[in-house]
Amino acid sequence: MKNEEEMTMEKTLQRIKVATVSELPKDLGKTVRVGSHEIALFHLVNGKIRAIENRCPHKGGVLAEGMVSGEHVFCPMHDWKINVCDGEVQKPDRGCVNTFKVEIENEDVYIVLDK
Amino acid sequence: MSKQKIVLIGNGMAGVRCIEEMLKIQPNHFEITIFGSEPHPNYNRILLSKVLQGDTTIDDITLNDWNWYEENGIQLYTGETVTHIDTAKQVVYSDKDREVRYDQLILATGSLPFILPIPGVDKEGVTGFRDIQDCEKMMEYSNKYKKAAVIGGGLLGLEAARGLLDLGMEVDVIHLSDYLMDRQLDSAASKLLQKELEGQGMNFLLGKNTQEVIGNTHVEGLRFSDGEEIKADLVVMAVGIKPHIQLAIDSEIPVNRGIIVNDYMETNIPNVYAVGECAEHRGVVYGLVAPLYEQGKVLAKRICGIEGDPYEGTVLSTQLKVSGVDVFSAGEIFESEQTKTIKSFNDWEGTYKNILIQDGKIIGAVLFGDTKEGNKLLSFINKRADVTEYLEAEKGEEAGASLVATMPNEEIICGCNGVTKGDIVQAIESQGLTSVEEVKGCTSASRSCGGCKSLVADLLECTLGDAFSKSNQKEPICSCTTLSRDDVIAEIREKNLTHTREVMSVLGWTTSEGCSKCRPALNYYLGMVNPLEYKDERESRYVNERLHANIQKDGTFSVVPRMYGGVTNPDQLRKIADVADKYNVPLLKVTGGQRIDMFGVKKEDLPKVWADLDMPSGYAYGKTLRTVKTCVGESFCRFGTQDSMSLGIALEKKLERVGTPHKFKMAVSACPRNCAESGIKDLGVVGVDGAWEIYVGGNGGTHLRAADLLCKVKTSDEVIEITGAYFQYYRETAVYLERTSVWVERMGLDSIRAVIEDKQNRIELNQRLDEALSVLQDPWKEALNSDRILKDLYQSVKVPAGVK
Repeated sequence: MKNEEEMTMEKTLQRIKVATVSELPKDLGKTVRVGSHEIALFHLVNGKIRAIENRCPHKGGVLAEGMVSGEHVFCPMHDWKINVCDGEVQKPDRGCVNTFKVEIENEDVYIVLDK
Repeated sequence: MSKQKIVLIGNGMAGVRCIEEMLKIQPNHFEITIFGSEPHPNYNRILLSKVLQGDTTIDDITLNDWNWYEENGIQLYTGETVTHIDTAKQVVYSDKDREVRYDQLILATGSLPFILPIPGVDKEGVTGFRDIQDCEKMMEYSNKYKKAAVIGGGLLGLEAARGLLDLGMEVDVIHLSDYLMDRQLDSAASKLLQKELEGQGMNFLLGKNTQEVIGNTHVEGLRFSDGEEIKADLVVMAVGIKPHIQLAIDSEIPVNRGIIVNDYMETNIPNVYAVGECAEHRGVVYGLVAPLYEQGKVLAKRICGIEGDPYEGTVLSTQLKVSGVDVFSAGEIFESEQTKTIKSFNDWEGTYKNILIQDGKIIGAVLFGDTKEGNKLLSFINKRADVTEYLEAEKGEEAGASLVATMPNEEIICGCNGVTKGDIVQAIESQGLTSVEEVKGCTSASRSCGGCKSLVADLLECTLGDAFSKSNQKEPICSCTTLSRDDVIAEIREKNLTHTREVMSVLGWTTSEGCSKCRPALNYYLGMVNPLEYKDERESRYVNERLHANIQKDGTFSVVPRMYGGVTNPDQLRKIADVADKYNVPLLKVTGGQRIDMFGVKKEDLPKVWADLDMPSGYAYGKTLRTVKTCVGESFCRFGTQDSMSLGIALEKKLERVGTPHKFKMAVSACPRNCAESGIKDLGVVGVDGAWEIYVGGNGGTHLRAADLLCKVKTSDEVIEITGAYFQYYRETAVYLERTSVWVERMGLDSIRAVIEDKQNRIELNQRLDEALSVLQDPWKEALNSDRILKDLYQSVKVPAGVK
């Protein structure tokens, strides 16, 4: 895996290549472990790729295994519906999961982490 | 009294419709002769594109079969063309030297495809898209050739292009304008349409002027005015139609673009009338179906000598008949300084709406993606409704019913089949209809494009009042739709829908992506309807069924290999023990279904575990046959009267793998002591002396229910036959996620028994079951044999900690 570091303002961001676009089947999630982070990476049907923390705020269900519908993922444990773009849990449930920035460059998929 | 002699030239939709109206008003009053150049009885020309797209067959689009002509005493000459009319003597002459005298003559000669006046159009492989012959020619070409070019990006061209794609050809669509369907759509809707169709595989060459068809005797390609060339083995001209008026010209009947008629469809020659696409009324020639029906009615009254309202023109509306694409357009669509609009655009779901308003009235509308409102908007436009009325109707729940309540009886609800509000209301009242399907069956309303379904439903509600809502308490599949399971399956069958996404888009789901409820359900229904063709969508499966293991609360999985009939052996047990050691399986548990569950397996390890076990999947995660629990039976038990283990194993081997609406558990006990607990299974078998009893609808879970006795049979073979039929009947009629305990109560045990008792039913149900079983293989082996599946579904990404 190739890793890159960038200095932006005063914050150090780490950009990590995690996959190529073709390795990510559409409408499915992929589990990505980077150091201590466990991330659910989704290739949406509209071609966009989004990353959120792989833990449902309800009971810690693994979101990468959920059913993906448009911009939402349904947690496999108790069917909570979570927006994978902003991490917001949809009504009637409430809560939020962390999101991670995804960058795509020449088919390579990078996740940007605060260091 | 001698009958009036009527001659109709043109055996198409417009003319025959007029004859039908006349027969309704005055049966047995006319002596009718019809000439048609095509060798077919009257068929629904607008559905040719559906034939081409493989959704229906030529037989299915026949509107009046040969019997109809005979029953109504009509002399029909097909494959015969009228060549001259002597309007003074009132006689027509045909190309087979026939002479027929008339009292009244109806011209309904229709139109011809407009063929561009460019060099090369006479080459082989150039066709219009107008009649059955064209349709057959295109189908025949698709078997031999690969590349098709359709000239014309309007309604007809796009429907032809979609058909050619379905026939397996590569399709270029050439259009003079920069926008598809530029006469019916504004630029925004046109671009959305283009994007959608490109997604379906069409290639567009827009702003292109075709200059020449190239090739020797057979077409090889097209050349455009900018010098560019493309290859093509088939060229379909779909740039438009022109009224077929040569006969009228030759017979000195006044024409302009079409045969000129007044508000009663009369030409200025006495006793000669014209209807349909060949007629020009108030300067307008119509090329769509709805006006033909209105004109036909007016003319029928005229010929029957009945006072009637004049024909005053029609507001046109169009709907593109391409599966997966919903486009609607009506009335005025181009904005001007005098118009205001109500617009909405949803990029994510791909829907667009533009309503044009002038002087406070709705004058036109374009819809894309969601066309449910189409017919309602059309009737607002037709009655020149105030825009406030529309806005209020949009708010109120009862809008639909109150809108149809105010429509006049003559208003056409189904434009495709010319069915009026009056026809539908009368059918509902006189025949006691209570559902849209029944109305469709009786009146043909909504039979073709389905666009008027919501209006038909509104009419039912408005006619029946409370009775309708009571009879129609069908539960929608989920909150993405108002359609029930039965509605959806009927549509899947009828429209030949093949993907969950297509179902959602064609049937107007409110969310374009569906949800965790409807997607697995649609995936099941599609596979049940068409087991041989349908490709299971793993994205629409719940994780357990996608990964073929049971997810646990910590994200690990459990693995249950198949032990047929709960019978095992030392070799299997040894393998399970070895695997448990090798992968540090934290828990082994004997299940209620008589097998062994290995808990706490990591996802990445699943394929390795399966490979080492080398046993079939036990489907402990699936909506399918789970287990067949058995007692020891006659082999060891002193009470056992039957060989329960062998029967259980045979049943499990026959039924395993195929999907069911919900999980399905079985048991076989060898005597009424019932050690295998057959009384609380979806299907339980109990051995008695010399016979087997079959119990159904039992449940030992949340909704405890004792099974009902379905029947008693003598042999194991009969048990297997009846079980297969029962299992398939459940597959075909249950709502997704409905256990048999609920299903049996909903359907009624007697009605299920009546179906299963019929031998022919049993044979057919088993045949369909065998067909569904024939294409399935063990999912663990399938995964192990496919690098793609292993990569896509079972591998995760790990970037080591501590990287800088």
